[in-house]
Amino acid sequence: MGMTMTEKILARHAGRPRASAGDNIWVNVDILMTHDVCGPGTIGIFRKQFGPNAKVWDRQKVVIIPDHYIFTNDLHAHRNIDLLRDFVKEQDLPYYYDVGTDKYKGVCHIALPEEGHTRPGEVLFGTDSHTCTAGAFGEFATGIGNTDAAFILGTGKLWVKVPETMRFEFEGPLPPYLMAKDLILHIIGDIGVDGATYRAMEFSGDGVMSLSIEERMTLCNMVIEAGGKNGVIPSDAVTERFVKSKTSKPFEAVADDPDAHFHSVRRYKTSDIQPTVAKPHSPDNRGTARECAGIRLDRAYIGSCTGGKLNDFVAAAKILKGQQVKAETYIVPATTEVARGLATTMLDGQSLTEIFQKAGAKLSQGASCAACLGGPSDTFGRLNKSEVCISTTNRNFPGRMGSKTAQVYLASPYTVAASAVTGVITDPRDFL
Amino acid sequence: MTMQEVIKGKAYVLGDNIDTDQIIPAKHLVYSLSDPEERKLYGTYALSGVPEKVAGLPKGNIPFVPEGDHRSRYQVIIGGKNFGSGSSREHAPEALQIAGITAVVAESYARIFYRNAVDGGFFIPCESTQRLIADIKTGDDLEINISAGTLKNVTSGKSYGLRPLGDVLDIVTAGGIFAYARKTGMLKP
Ligand code: SF4
Repeated sequence: MGMTMTEKILARHAGRPRASAGDNIWVNVDILMTHDVCGPGTIGIFRKQFGPNAKVWDRQKVVIIPDHYIFTNDLHAHRNIDLLRDFVKEQDLPYYYDVGTDKYKGVCHIALPEEGHTRPGEVLFGTDSHTCTAGAFGEFATGIGNTDAAFILGTGKLWVKVPETMRFEFEGPLPPYLMAKDLILHIIGDIGVDGATYRAMEFSGDGVMSLSIEERMTLCNMVIEAGGKNGVIPSDAVTERFVKSKTSKPFEAVADDPDAHFHSVRRYKTSDIQPTVAKPHSPDNRGTARECAGIRLDRAYIGSCTGGKLNDFVAAAKILKGQQVKAETYIVPATTEVARGLATTMLDGQSLTEIFQKAGAKLSQGASCAACLGGPSDTFGRLNKSEVCISTTNRNFPGRMGSKTAQVYLASPYTVAASAVTGVITDPRDFL
Repeated sequence: MTMQEVIKGKAYVLGDNIDTDQIIPAKHLVYSLSDPEERKLYGTYALSGVPEKVAGLPKGNIPFVPEGDHRSRYQVIIGGKNFGSGSSREHAPEALQIAGITAVVAESYARIFYRNAVDGGFFIPCESTQRLIADIKTGDDLEINISAGTLKNVTSGKSYGLRPLGDVLDIVTAGGIFAYARKTGMLKP
C-alpha cells in the first residue's frame, strides 16, 4: 500500500523507507520556529537540560520571530524580547527578526514564507499552534510546546506519531463572493472542533489548486481549529514559483501515492458553499452570513495570520472603497511586508491605505498579532468590554480577543468588510 | 514529576472544549517560568479565563484558586471533550501543575495540550472511558489508580474506567521527554 504525503515526508525525515499512520517515529527537523511568547520558556528549558554553554543543533535551522506582544508598554513583554535578543547573540543565530529594526517582520506564520523558510517536502515545527499554516507549501508543519522545542534545539529531533489523513476535495473554482475562509469555516462546522484530532487534513481538488498561495495558507491555518495535527496541500507550479522567489535552498516535493490510504475523503462543490461565519464562542458554531444578517456589531477587525495578508486587504478594500464604516473598523497588517503592500497596492487609482482611511477605518501603526489573542490591555483593537465583533481571525473562544464578555464572529475579509459598512452582519453578495 | 501509582485528590469539574485561553488567558503569558517567585503567578491565574457560571460544575461560580493564592484546593480536574484545545502554549499545562494539579481526567484531549502535558511531565493526562462531568461534582474526593486503570469517586462510592496510556506510557513513567531520552540512551545522563 502507498503512502500519503504526510506519511512520506515523515518517513523520509526518519530515514525509513516507509511510515504508516499510528507509527511513533523520531524525525529530523528542517526548521524550528519560535516567537516572543514561547521563546523565553523554550530557551529556559534548553539551558536547564543541555547546560549553560550548550549550542543549538544547527544555527541555520532556527528561526526566531517576535510578533505577539510588540506594541505595548507591558514591561514583562519587553523583557521577553530582551531574552530573545540575548539568546540570538549568544548563539549567533542568523534568522532573527528583531523589533525596532529594518528586519522586523510581524506575525510569524506569514513571515516564515516571506523569508523563504517554508519549502515543499520539509518538516517544520513551531512553538505556535498555527504553525500548521505552512502545510500550504506541501510540507509537514505543526505546533509544539516549549519542552519539545527545547528538545529540538539541543538534538534536532522530535518523536511524532504519524497521523492518518482526512482528505477534503473541492470541485470548481471559487465563486467571486467566496474566500478560502468560507471553505475552512464550512469544513469545521461539518466535522467540529475535535473532528480532526490526531489527524492530518489534506486539501485538494481543482477548487483548492486554483487558489493563490495566500488563500491556501488560510485553509491550512485553521486545521488546528478542527483539532488537526497538520494541514497539507500538494505543491504545484504555484507553490514552486512562490518558494523559488524567496529562497535558493533546494527542496524535494512529495505527492500522495495513488494507492495511499486515507482516513476519509469528503467532497464539496464550491458553488454549494455560502459566505460562512462562526458564531460565538466556537469556530465550529457555523452559520451563514445570510442567517446571521442583521446582528448588530460594535466592531470589525481585519488582521492576523488567517486574515491579515495582502490578498485579505485587497478583498476588504474592494468592498470598503467609497464607503463609510458604521462599526469601528481595525486594520492590522500581519507583517511589515503586508503593511508596505497596503501603501503601494492600488485599486482604481487609490492605495489600499487611502481606501481604508477614507472609509473611516483605524490603521495599526505596526504589524503584529495585536488583538487576535487579546494581549496586554493596551493592545490595538483589543475587546476590553462586552463588544460584539466580526473578525477575520481564527478563534472566537471566550475571552480570546480580550474580555470574556465580548462576542466574536469569525468570517472572511469580504463578509467582515461588508458588515463593517452596514454595522450589522451582512452577506458580501450585497456589495459584490 | 515521575509517575505516582495512586493519585488522591479533590475534583474540580469543567465542561467540554476547555481551551488554553481559558486555562491561562493570553495577557498572563508574559511572566517568567524560570523565576521561582514569578512563576507562581501562573498558578494564581490558572483557569481564570473560564466563564464564572461554568467554573466548578455542577454549581459553577467556584474559583479554582482562592483569591491571593497560587495553589488550588483541588488536585484533579475532570473535563469533558477536547480538553486543552487552541494554542500550543505550554504555559497551560504548566499553570495547572503550578496550581497543584496532579492529574486531569477528560473524555478526550486536544493533541498539542496532551503532548505538552506528557513531554513536559506536568501531570498525568488520563482519558476516561465514559462521560464523567455530569457524574462527579466539584469537591468530591477521588482516587486514581494508574496501573489498574480506575478512577474511584470516594464521595459517591462509584468507580469508572480509564483508557490505557498506550504509546506515551513510557514517557509518562519516565517523567517527560528529557527523562525518557536519558533513560533510553538518546541523551547523555
Ligand atoms: S495572529 Fe493570532 S493566531 Fe496568528 S500567530 Fe498571532 S496570535 Fe496566533
